[in-house]
Amino acid sequence: MDFGLSELQLSIQENLNRFLDEQAPLDRVREFATTDHALAQDIWKGLVELGVVGTLIPEDYGGSGLSAMDAAVIGECLGSHVTPVPYLSTCVVAPRAITMGGSDTQKQAYLAAIAEGNTVFGIALSEACAARSNAGSTCNDGKLTGSANFVSDPDANFWLVADRQSKLHVVASDAPGIEKKIMPHVDRTRPLCALTFTNTPCETLERSGADVLAHVLDVAWTVLAFDTLGAAQSMLDQAVEYAKQREQFNRVIASFQAVKHMCAEMAAELEPARALLWYAGFALDDAPGDAHLHACHAKAHLAEVGTFVARTATVVHGGMGFTDLLGLHYWFKRIGFNRQFLGGPEWLREQAAIAQNLAA
Amino acid sequence: MDLSYGPQYDNYRQELRDFLESHRDKAPKNAPLKSDAAKSWQKLLIENGYTARTIPKEYGGFGGEPDLLKGRIIGEEFARAQVPGGMGGQGISMLVPTLLELGTEAQKRQFIPSTLAGDIVWCQGYSEPNAGSDLASLRTSAVLDGDEWVINGSKIWTSTAHLADWIFCLVRSEPDAPKHQGISFLLFSMDTPGIEIRPLVDMTLAPNFNEVFFTDVRVPKDQIVGKRGEGWYVANAILGHERDSLGDPNATLARMTRLIELMKEETIGNERIIDNPVFRDRLMKLQARVMSMRFNDLRVLSSRLNEADASLARMISKLQGTELRHELEGLAIDAMGETGLMYGASEFLRDGGSWQNQYMYFLGLIIGGGTSQIQKNIISERGLGMPKEPKFDSAKATEN
Repeated sequence: MDFGLSELQLSIQENLNRFLDEQAPLDRVREFATTDHALAQDIWKGLVELGVVGTLIPEDYGGSGLSAMDAAVIGECLGSHVTPVPYLSTCVVAPRAITMGGSDTQKQAYLAAIAEGNTVFGIALSEACAARSNAGSTCNDGKLTGSANFVSDPDANFWLVADRQSKLHVVASDAPGIEKKIMPHVDRTRPLCALTFTNTPCETLERSGADVLAHVLDVAWTVLAFDTLGAAQSMLDQAVEYAKQREQFNRVIASFQAVKHMCAEMAAELEPARALLWYAGFALDDAPGDAHLHACHAKAHLAEVGTFVARTATVVHGGMGFTDLLGLHYWFKRIGFNRQFLGGPEWLREQAAIAQNLAA
Repeated sequence: MDLSYGPQYDNYRQELRDFLESHRDKAPKNAPLKSDAAKSWQKLLIENGYTARTIPKEYGGFGGEPDLLKGRIIGEEFARAQVPGGMGGQGISMLVPTLLELGTEAQKRQFIPSTLAGDIVWCQGYSEPNAGSDLASLRTSAVLDGDEWVINGSKIWTSTAHLADWIFCLVRSEPDAPKHQGISFLLFSMDTPGIEIRPLVDMTLAPNFNEVFFTDVRVPKDQIVGKRGEGWYVANAILGHERDSLGDPNATLARMTRLIELMKEETIGNERIIDNPVFRDRLMKLQARVMSMRFNDLRVLSSRLNEADASLARMISKLQGTELRHELEGLAIDAMGETGLMYGASEFLRDGGSWQNQYMYFLGLIIGGGTSQIQKNIISERGLGMPKEPKFDSAKATEN
């Protein structure tokens, strides 16, 4: 009986947190957010060296072949540092999808390139979950036509696109017939774009289909939930630290019950949420029968807990919490992004009900 | 991550299941305290190590080695079989562990075996009308007169006082000492002259509580646990046990399972409640929280087995467990609507009126055993390292 993170997971987190503290502080995040959104090469290179990029890639293709739970705890660190890297798309979703759905040739072609750190994948999966504006695409004879919104990583080398038949396709960003529009949005750490495809050549993952897509979404939802957990924990830590420094009425504000209770409520929401996520992450590879239900609940629940913490921690900071100067809003917006991206909490709870035959 | 208990525990669980299967007809149903049925069931459970498992044989227990997982399996299997487990009550859950830790040999021999057997029922005399969250300001006085303490004052929220044979009671024995250092922990018979009990009916309309008044109650000097003035620390040695047991996540999970069934049975218009998207969303929202508390509990258990730090996870469990359960019971009432108002026997009642009853009862638990607000103080101070509210000096506070 051992319900907790493994030695390996704790050491991955320790090393990664140290690297991010030193090499990707808020000033660096700010620089990324206010410039042209090109890949943060310095941070990315560090993540390649730490082995983060190859976490989910099998050893045969140059990765470390770790589990989805290992990938999830990395997501927690990146959330806590609001790190502007294409981790979810390039290191989690694409490797998992290609490993499960790709042919040997496709694995050879893409997995090693990702592990080496030279290839960035974006993901176009929003049409596969809670699609908006009737967007969607279909594939005929290796050519994709249609549209995809909220596609991650406008500067990616490839995009992984889910079509209306739940097939997954790899589209090269320099392929003909692609129209790209940037979708400016609140979270500047993870840029989005809209794509239109007109007979765009694509490479269909041979063994992809509804089951691969469903699993990949479960993994994505869980990793997004871990990202929120990390971001929310950081906001709570910052709020407590601020309250211990800030004085009003000749006392630090951390000595007022009104402030203490806000912080206690944040901790009281986050601790059980953490335990839920540990099980959801574990289930992805080790309890497949539980994975889907817990992934739905994990993302929906962290959307609620994250929103509560984001709001409350900002308020603890008073006027400073509202400023760009302090930059707390990077965490606020990161949590806001994770709440909506790939399905909001109401939609996910309905999926949880469907998974238990409580809804059709 | 390893969620299995291991093969030796699987065997233990199977033995327990066999035991429950072959003995369940002997289990008493709503047997009154001290009835033969209740006592003989208790005796059978002790002999087999399914209650009082780690209490030494010489004091009437089973004498087993401490084993968190066995304790856990016992709880799970009795709940699963819906068979009543060993006797509870404040004597067994609070006084016995206190005496084991801090009692004299004579006190252990006098009280533990008879308490475990169900021959002595205890009540707890802690809270007073003017000492609730600020328990250490209690004023019931104990003055030494020769070989006896003379006790005057009153207690409130005293569960089972009307059924109890004995009381374990906090009294102020050193009026001049700082408030936490002036308290003693006394044991005395509820038959002692000078004790008056008045029932206190709670909002569920059950006479669960009492007020207890002491007028010149004379108690032998040696019926004290710990030393004079150390009563606060004696009481605190076990208060944590009580908090841990409020808002049990496995019981909440069982209620969630029943709630889902209820929402399939009940209708509004021609629609099942479960088919109503608003109610379904509320249900799913709660389900995520119920799951979270269950995993939080597993994490706490695991941290005790593996010496990992989960202090914050443990600190939030009373606050969140009781609030969540109250909300869950409230959702069932909303799902039933007007039917949810039914209280008292009639053909219109669902589940014996348990939803209204537990909805109110858990509001009581949000307040009792350290209110939610006190829990938030504890979480912020001990869990997050935030400073205490500045205090008035104690002399000034007593004047108010």
